[in-house]
Amino acid sequence: MTEDLSGAISRRSLFAMIGKTAGIAVMYEAMASMAYAAESTFKGPIKLAGAPMGASVLILGSGWAGMVSAYELRKAGYKVQILEYNNRAGGRNWSLYGGDTYTELGGFTQHVGFDKGLYLNPGPWRIPHHHRGVLHYAQLLGVQLEPFIQLNYNAYVHSTAAFGGKPKRYREVEADFDGYIAELLSKSMRQGALDQAVTKEDREILLAALKNWGALDNNYAYTKSEKQSDRRGFLHPPGGGMDAMPIPSDPLSLDDMIQSRMWSAIGASKSYDVQQTMFQPVGGMGMLGKAFGKELADVIRFNSKVIDIKQDASGVTATYVDTVKGGAPQTAHGDYCICTIPASVLSQIPINVGAPMQAAINNLPYSASTKVGLQMKRRFWEEDEAIYGGITYTDQPNRMIGYPSSDFFKKGKGVLLAAYTFGSGAVEYTAMSPAERVQKTLDYTANIHPQARTEFDTGVGVGWHRVPFTLGCAGSWTEATRAAHYKDICAIDGRIMLAGEHVSMIPAWQEGAVLSALDAVQRLHSHIVQGA
Amino acid sequence: MRKLSFLIAGAAVAALSGTAFAQFASGYSWKTGPEIYTHVCQGCHMPDGKGATGAGMYPALAGNRKLASPLYPVLVMLKGQKAMPSFSDLTDDQIAAVANYVRGNFGNSFPGTVTAEQVKALRAQAVQQQMRAPG
Repeated sequence: MTEDLSGAISRRSLFAMIGKTAGIAVMYEAMASMAYAAESTFKGPIKLAGAPMGASVLILGSGWAGMVSAYELRKAGYKVQILEYNNRAGGRNWSLYGGDTYTELGGFTQHVGFDKGLYLNPGPWRIPHHHRGVLHYAQLLGVQLEPFIQLNYNAYVHSTAAFGGKPKRYREVEADFDGYIAELLSKSMRQGALDQAVTKEDREILLAALKNWGALDNNYAYTKSEKQSDRRGFLHPPGGGMDAMPIPSDPLSLDDMIQSRMWSAIGASKSYDVQQTMFQPVGGMGMLGKAFGKELADVIRFNSKVIDIKQDASGVTATYVDTVKGGAPQTAHGDYCICTIPASVLSQIPINVGAPMQAAINNLPYSASTKVGLQMKRRFWEEDEAIYGGITYTDQPNRMIGYPSSDFFKKGKGVLLAAYTFGSGAVEYTAMSPAERVQKTLDYTANIHPQARTEFDTGVGVGWHRVPFTLGCAGSWTEATRAAHYKDICAIDGRIMLAGEHVSMIPAWQEGAVLSALDAVQRLHSHIVQGA
Repeated sequence: MRKLSFLIAGAAVAALSGTAFAQFASGYSWKTGPEIYTHVCQGCHMPDGKGATGAGMYPALAGNRKLASPLYPVLVMLKGQKAMPSFSDLTDDQIAAVANYVRGNFGNSFPGTVTAEQVKALRAQAVQQQMRAPG
């Protein structure tokens, strides 16, 4: 897609793109099979029972996958123990709060200066309504959820190359795009261009639909009117009393709308992953990992860096060093092991699994991603611009500005997610010092919200390749590597199983880790019971 | 089939990210070895070329004997290695420039140079990364 966009796009090719509905349906089917549009397969809480007397499972890592594994296996009667590299539970489920200190690889340290209650989620920040596994554990743990606002018609789309760099409201872009496409389609339909594609009867229905969808006038044209402004917003909205008469706004021209490429922001909230309704935990995504860690407090050993994993006929032994106290390496043992250490790290740890699983571990690159949080002295996006939650999209390297979905109308400070990047942009962001990340992000933000210059207070930036416990954001599978290795990364290798987002078809989402763990514990349990 | 899957992946990226502005075509604008190192490589290999260690580690490029072979860094960039993604979206010129830079800096002075033609000859082995928006 990016390929297509780098060249000039003609009206015709744009039109062709829209018209190929059959192709799109087929494409979505293919996407679903590749997990791009996949839904959770969570089937409700699992009930394991009948663990053999005294059987134990050693779990490596206390992110979602490790904690779901430990929780369910313990409930089934297994003795469980978790080794965790960090000094906290949660893994990539993580929020940075005021007073926190974060040192990334390379030794760059940031002291988070946010006000009490304000936070940045460096990792996951939103939960789709269909990620029922995550939602189940949130409920179980008593973590309060609130709506996460994904789509905000009053947020912006911004391009440095269009409209003099002035942002447009999302509603203007969407209304104009839909309106012009509806106009073009109805025009070709009335000229008979689509006679082969639709019956005469359907044509009349479709024309009515296009008129309705695109807010077209009686001549099937997208023209300046109250009807149109009812979609894209008014120059002067309807009011009360003397000055109540509405004044319609001017639409962008068709050429400007196409050339601006701002229409590419329209798809952002249409994908299944991010369709409303979405949720977030009150107080930060990290509340989930924290609550789960509390539930499992007596089985997690923190500050434990695993340096070797060996299995033999009697079980699995992990050798680890205490990252705080140091000293001689120690060992932990289980009859079986569920290892949730990211492949980025696990590929560096000696582990005697078979060649197929080792190949799977060794052939999974980890993607780049960066997030930057900027604390502002006041919530100017709400006070000045009536933006309550949602996301602004920009062609600048920061890509997005996410507005907080909580504390609306509150006086005082607020934290913007002022950069969320991936791909080569994230690589470049990661290569910056934390101070540079914050400074650049502030510059980009000020191009959209000039108030940011004076209202900026403090910031923090996290590049995932510099995160000491993962060395990357998430497992980056391709169709080819899935075909070659996915089955093997899911296998039971002797007494060892792997789990995590990298062992799922929903990579980089918490739900992937949860479902992977549920699958692992169920298969391991039946394997053990059948073998006992 | 190959083309189809590429299109599907591309469409998925656009659908997920919603920011398919032209500027986001993957790749890098930097030209010289030091520029490319500073804006790309040092994210992991660090400004001093010494790598870093956490739960796992990033290898040092400083004093790394594997760099004695001029084409070693080229192949690593084109194909990736274990968790390191491929950087095949760097151009032949960029890969040659930064390979020469790391082989001749950070205390390294390995003989020989890499040319863009040599990189081009190895392009067939390049691995394409999928750029996806995480959750």
